[in-house]
Amino acid sequence: MKALQPWKIWLVIVVLVGAIIAAVPNLFARDTVEAWPDWLPKNQINLGLDLQGGSHLLLEVGVDTVIEERLEDLVSEVRLALRRERIGYRGLGVQDGMVRFTLTDPSQTPLARAQLDEMNPLLSPDMFGIGGGREFTVVDAGDGRLAIGFSEEGRAERVRAAVNQSLEVVRRRIDELGTREPTIQRQGDDRILVQVPGVRDPSEIKELLGRTARLTFHMVDMDASLSEAMDGRLPPGTMLVPSVDPEDGVPAWVVQRRAELSGENLVDSQPTFQDNQPVVSFRFDNTGARRFATLTQQHTGRLFAIVLDNEVISAPRIREPILGGSGIISGSFTVESANQLAILLRAGALPAPLTILEERSVGPDLGADSVAAGQTASIIGIILVGVFMALYYGRFGLIADLALFSNLVLILAALSLLQATLTLPGIAGIVLTIGMAVDANVLIFERIREEMRAGRTPLAAIETGFSQAMRTIIDANVTTLIAALLLFEFGSGPVKGFAVTLAIGILTSLFTATLVTRLSVLAWYRHTRPATLPL
Amino acid sequence: MKFRLVPDDTRIRFMRARVIAMAVSGLLMLGSVVALFYPGLNFGIDFQGGILMEVRTSGPADLATMRRELNQLGLGEIGIQEFGAETDVLIRIGRQEGDEEAQQVAVMAVQDALGDLYGDDISYRRTEFVGPKVSEELLRAGVMAISLALVAVLIYIWFRFEWQYGVGAIVALVHDVLLTLGLFAVTGLEVNLTTVAAVLTIVGYSLNDTVVIFDRVRENLRRYRSMAITDLLDTSLNETLARTLMTSLTTLLALFSLYFFGGEVIKGFTFALIWGVLVGTYSTIYIATPILLLLNLRAIGAKAEGKGEADTGPTIEGPGPARRSKAGG
Repeated sequence: MKALQPWKIWLVIVVLVGAIIAAVPNLFARDTVEAWPDWLPKNQINLGLDLQGGSHLLLEVGVDTVIEERLEDLVSEVRLALRRERIGYRGLGVQDGMVRFTLTDPSQTPLARAQLDEMNPLLSPDMFGIGGGREFTVVDAGDGRLAIGFSEEGRAERVRAAVNQSLEVVRRRIDELGTREPTIQRQGDDRILVQVPGVRDPSEIKELLGRTARLTFHMVDMDASLSEAMDGRLPPGTMLVPSVDPEDGVPAWVVQRRAELSGENLVDSQPTFQDNQPVVSFRFDNTGARRFATLTQQHTGRLFAIVLDNEVISAPRIREPILGGSGIISGSFTVESANQLAILLRAGALPAPLTILEERSVGPDLGADSVAAGQTASIIGIILVGVFMALYYGRFGLIADLALFSNLVLILAALSLLQATLTLPGIAGIVLTIGMAVDANVLIFERIREEMRAGRTPLAAIETGFSQAMRTIIDANVTTLIAALLLFEFGSGPVKGFAVTLAIGILTSLFTATLVTRLSVLAWYRHTRPATLPL
Repeated sequence: MKFRLVPDDTRIRFMRARVIAMAVSGLLMLGSVVALFYPGLNFGIDFQGGILMEVRTSGPADLATMRRELNQLGLGEIGIQEFGAETDVLIRIGRQEGDEEAQQVAVMAVQDALGDLYGDDISYRRTEFVGPKVSEELLRAGVMAISLALVAVLIYIWFRFEWQYGVGAIVALVHDVLLTLGLFAVTGLEVNLTTVAAVLTIVGYSLNDTVVIFDRVRENLRRYRSMAITDLLDTSLNETLARTLMTSLTTLLALFSLYFFGGEVIKGFTFALIWGVLVGTYSTIYIATPILLLLNLRAIGAKAEGKGEADTGPTIEGPGPARRSKAGG
């Protein structure tokens, strides 16, 4: 009898005791565990959003908008440069993703090209020194027809920058809500995954993320006629911006196209009250403050419009020069909307609008119900299987139950240590593993029975039974493991959680079958030396 | 105290009924394929896009009023059903015309309407919304996962056994997957992400079962060289029958406990798994094994011997070392 080597026994004992220690924090409330001294294990199983409640939002950054806006800017740059150099052109505009124009005098092509090259910056090379091409490509189609548009690297760089900036803004906005442990990560090229646990009302988050929050200050063109402007006759250099609530007086404003100041110059913004009305106060940085002072000095007595995401929030009259660099936005705010605007202004503007591609929000009550139901189902499942095994295999059944229990502790320990996320399908995975973990023991016991029927001595039956069954167990489990790995790779969210527990369950049941069951059976045999096996 | 599910001397002639069984399975598979087109699968929002809300009202929910109010919103077909309790209602709204933005607008509209109707007496237990882009990706990933699983399994079995076993296992798996999808089509149960998980688990389980029996067939092919192949398959099935039934029973015990106590959300998932365990067990006996017969497995046994397999012959005494050392196949 070569088994029962001491090191194997010690291995099992060490692993099981370690697993029990690692699993114990799960029996206590999180706050209790956090108060424990540092040398105690504190890792608890991470509950997925479907179990603790929370919001999962998959957002898409509207990178096309970023590209389009950059091209529009490029049009103005090109126009300025050509005028400065007195180069005649016609048909300047964006077409098929490129800024195109035709020179009136094709012989000026080299001159125009030089201007285009000047506004075409070198991209910084990446960490390996590769890349570093130009942001744009310039195309000369002959006959003075020129075009400038994003190069492949330039576009990628611009998209990357926009997504990174969006990520940062999203993080700041979510942080302002003061929720516990939000996860904000990039997914794919232009997506952002936001997971916020424990939110009762996801609409607040959605509203916060649904706005670009681009704040600009424009002078109102007080000479323009609104009715003419509404008919499409605008004075040059101005634009028509609708009012945020048109019922309240003026439906729209004619303002200067050029923004005097923008939200980028803000350093702080707070909700506050003025004449018992909720308003939002703001403070400019140094540059902003200086510009604001000049602006208010030059235009005292005139109206200036505060524009947020292409809507005029308010258009107050400048009564006196404002030199302190701070001001107040009044409008028809409620306490909440003032607070929200303050958050948005503090967190900064998004470089591009975000679209919600997928939302999964679970209320904390449903999460708690699911945890409770999962626990009940697991406990009942374990008891049913345990009792059945004991009835069916007698003493050996109790050994299988010991293996089953070890299995459960090992799964909980593995989930806690790996900080894997447990989801509702994950709980189902554990329950399923309970049913299937017994399979290894069943295979072994049935094989021992067979070997006994074939006339072997008890010890020989045990030895042969184990070694014969083990091959089958491994083959059978590898196949299930393949399914689990594919689930993990292609599944999302809760389904991934199922794959994780299924895979962990397979590995732990291999351990308990090869070591826990085997050693227990051998130890029992050594102790009693029965003439026949009670199987 | 102890009892046996299967008496020690059980000798059921499984293979006798193989023609009938395969005919029945063939018909069921055909029926499933037809059901996939008519009535077709009831795709949930994961694969089709759309909105799903679970709400709880303070008293028993008045489904008729809710249906009337929500239908006035003009959001297309709206499904409203009780979900596990009188106070809980599941609301499904189909994918809206237009882009992702349009879907969010619909969510708001429904919440506003429910707010008008119930005020503070309603809580949103779950709000799920899947846009057209994501649902297409999820569907592709789901189909991919199931197809890859079948291919991976085929390769593994081929590698560990002979190709005949691989074919047998795959046909059995296709049978299980088809019948499971067929059940979803016939019952109108919603097909969602967890369904993919269920199907893959069924694949894993059914395969587990198949491998155990194949393992025994391979062992018996070496042990009883002169036994008729039909008898040999029957013997193998009978020898493993106790294990097959025990494992199915314990798994079913765990699954039924999940079905009855695990909550409404995973009921569909558990239902699919229960079905899968039954179908998987059946397909091992009546699909995978008879295919070995069809593909003339005996030739393989002979080939293995020809390779100089150290076989201890038909002895069943003595722990022949060869039997263990050749275990890898």
